[in-house]
Amino acid sequence: MPAPRTIPFDYPVPSASPAPALPGDGLPWLDALRGEGRRLSAGGLPGTRTEAWKYTSLAPLTELEFSHPAATLTEAIPAELGPGAFDALEGPSLVFVNGRLSARHAQLDGLPAGLRVRGLAQGLADDPAGIEALIGGTEALNGDLMAAFNAAFGADGCIVETEPEAAGKEPVLLRFVAAPGSEPLAYHPRVIVRLGAGSSLTLIECHEGPAGAPTWSNPFVDIRVGEGATLSHVKLQVEGDGAYHTALTKAALAGEARYESHLLALGARLARHEIHVRLAGEGADCQLRGGYMARGSQHIDNTTVIDHAVPHCESREVYKGVLDDTARGVFQGKIIVRQDAQKTDGHQLNRTLLLSPKAEIDTKPELEIYADDVKCSHGATAGEPEADQLFYLRSRGLDLRTARKLIVQGFMGELLEEVGHEPTRAVLAERVAAWIDGGRS
Amino acid sequence: MSKPMLAIENLHATVDGKPILNGLDLAVNEGEVHAVMGPNGSGKSTLAYVIAGREGYEVTEGSITYRGEDLLAMSVEERACSGVFLAFQYPVEIPGVGSATFLKTAVNAARKHRGEQEYDAMEFLKLVREKRAALGIDDGMMRRALNVGFSGGEKKRNEMLQMALLEPTLAILDETDSGLDIDALKVVADGINALRGPERAMVVITHYQRLLDHVVPDKVHVLAGGRIVRSGGSELALELESRGYAGLGLEPSAAA
Repeated sequence: MPAPRTIPFDYPVPSASPAPALPGDGLPWLDALRGEGRRLSAGGLPGTRTEAWKYTSLAPLTELEFSHPAATLTEAIPAELGPGAFDALEGPSLVFVNGRLSARHAQLDGLPAGLRVRGLAQGLADDPAGIEALIGGTEALNGDLMAAFNAAFGADGCIVETEPEAAGKEPVLLRFVAAPGSEPLAYHPRVIVRLGAGSSLTLIECHEGPAGAPTWSNPFVDIRVGEGATLSHVKLQVEGDGAYHTALTKAALAGEARYESHLLALGARLARHEIHVRLAGEGADCQLRGGYMARGSQHIDNTTVIDHAVPHCESREVYKGVLDDTARGVFQGKIIVRQDAQKTDGHQLNRTLLLSPKAEIDTKPELEIYADDVKCSHGATAGEPEADQLFYLRSRGLDLRTARKLIVQGFMGELLEEVGHEPTRAVLAERVAAWIDGGRS
Repeated sequence: MSKPMLAIENLHATVDGKPILNGLDLAVNEGEVHAVMGPNGSGKSTLAYVIAGREGYEVTEGSITYRGEDLLAMSVEERACSGVFLAFQYPVEIPGVGSATFLKTAVNAARKHRGEQEYDAMEFLKLVREKRAALGIDDGMMRRALNVGFSGGEKKRNEMLQMALLEPTLAILDETDSGLDIDALKVVADGINALRGPERAMVVITHYQRLLDHVVPDKVHVLAGGRIVRSGGSELALELESRGYAGLGLEPSAAA
């Protein structure tokens, strides 16, 4: 008997009392979805024998005893987190504490015309049919285990929609905060983004949590970018060092649509950022930029699947990271080019600076190409900062520590240059600088 | 009587265990400009790197004294902060690091080392603007990442800008003239001449005589087989130009 492809996981821990209610319980379609989610998730977490989870083991998660997410209601943001990374930015924002929208922290005044932002739990009460149309049936789970946990136990989230041709000037900020009590804490927010034809939006996702606490956040972000629309999706993951972060983002792009993902992952004990993009209309353009910086025994996984379903689409992927101590990085990049997807132009690059001999990166490009007239390539590098560069900077009077810092900052800075919204870029650059300052020479 | 700036005695150095410098002697006084010429493979760049302190260039014998101090005991950055500057033959590209940021960091590192007040952004901007104008470097170049995508000429100009800002007491120019057109060569020469002064010294390493039309050296040395085999006045450069290294019996094979 081969080892099972999943690992058993009692989630939430069995309780004598019946499971508490979640928002929307009793809606038949939602009960069906949650039921299917529970059925799938009862099989456990994906194990390392599953190809897509080969390098990232969720086994430590199974040692934590999580109570049901309905039992973790609070609106209090832990004081030690201080102001949110993006608090100084203008624009609408929502704050989720333990995965639940906190009404008192929401800032939705003066939403520009054509932009609609609302909470998911509230939406289930006000407009269940509308939400049903957005979420779809159980087939949307498509056997994905992390999405199944999200569907089964997700209590809240939000919906961000733009009308055709709407152009949001300021970014929409979604801040997810962990406020753990004495018990391990888990939450599964769902974000639904729908961009109308020709509209454009910058969306910022920020995940934060206090140090030391065992938490598990399992967000699912479901995006559709309409014809000719552009979404710039920025994500900063700075969860605490006891956190597990398993995020799944799915984006579907219509013709001439553009999706930009700018990820900066610095936090969590173990984090996986999985992004699936389906280029479903001709002329669609997908730009994934990911940065990861890890030290100690952190583990940061970036897994991407770009599916070129139709001809004449472009995808560009650049993931760059810095690993110190015994930190481990994983990059898995799959590009599928369907038989019809002629004239596809796809490129993928993964580069890692290893600051310690014990740091490790596992990188796995996977090109599945079924069309014959395509341009598709990938590349990967990993190594120490180049001796030539260090010598050059030191020969100008910079000490070794400063020289390394400048090289690392420059290496990551190249990624941030692509973030179009300047104040957002500045916040990310500050985080990179702070990470470097937090390290030893 | 001018004081000694750099004294190299019986210098032996290896790279990857292979001997490159084999008993090199060189003495440069304050206020002097020396040219070191030599055929390919004679050890010119190795000499430059050993003075700057590059890793992998191992000194096995001999000494280098800089203003009375043991240069070899100093780290790369200590040498730089004490006034030693190497203009690279191939300046290194540093992606993502803005040229302006880098220059400010470098200049302030040296100032801090000398116990001087670091420049603030405005003061520094003004200083750079002055120096830049003299070298024909436009503002656009300052905004780009350090040396990334720079043409050969731009890289060398940028080296001269760094030299002008850091105001070294001892500048080593490693084939700064290679690959330059006449205009760029003139800019480089002007940059060198502008820094000539009674308290500075320069070692201009070059393969060809043409830079020395613009920067007239006080002394010319011929390096072959890892040693100085001839020294003379600026007329030696002209002699080399007309007869070639082979004409003087100085091909590396002959000297080895």
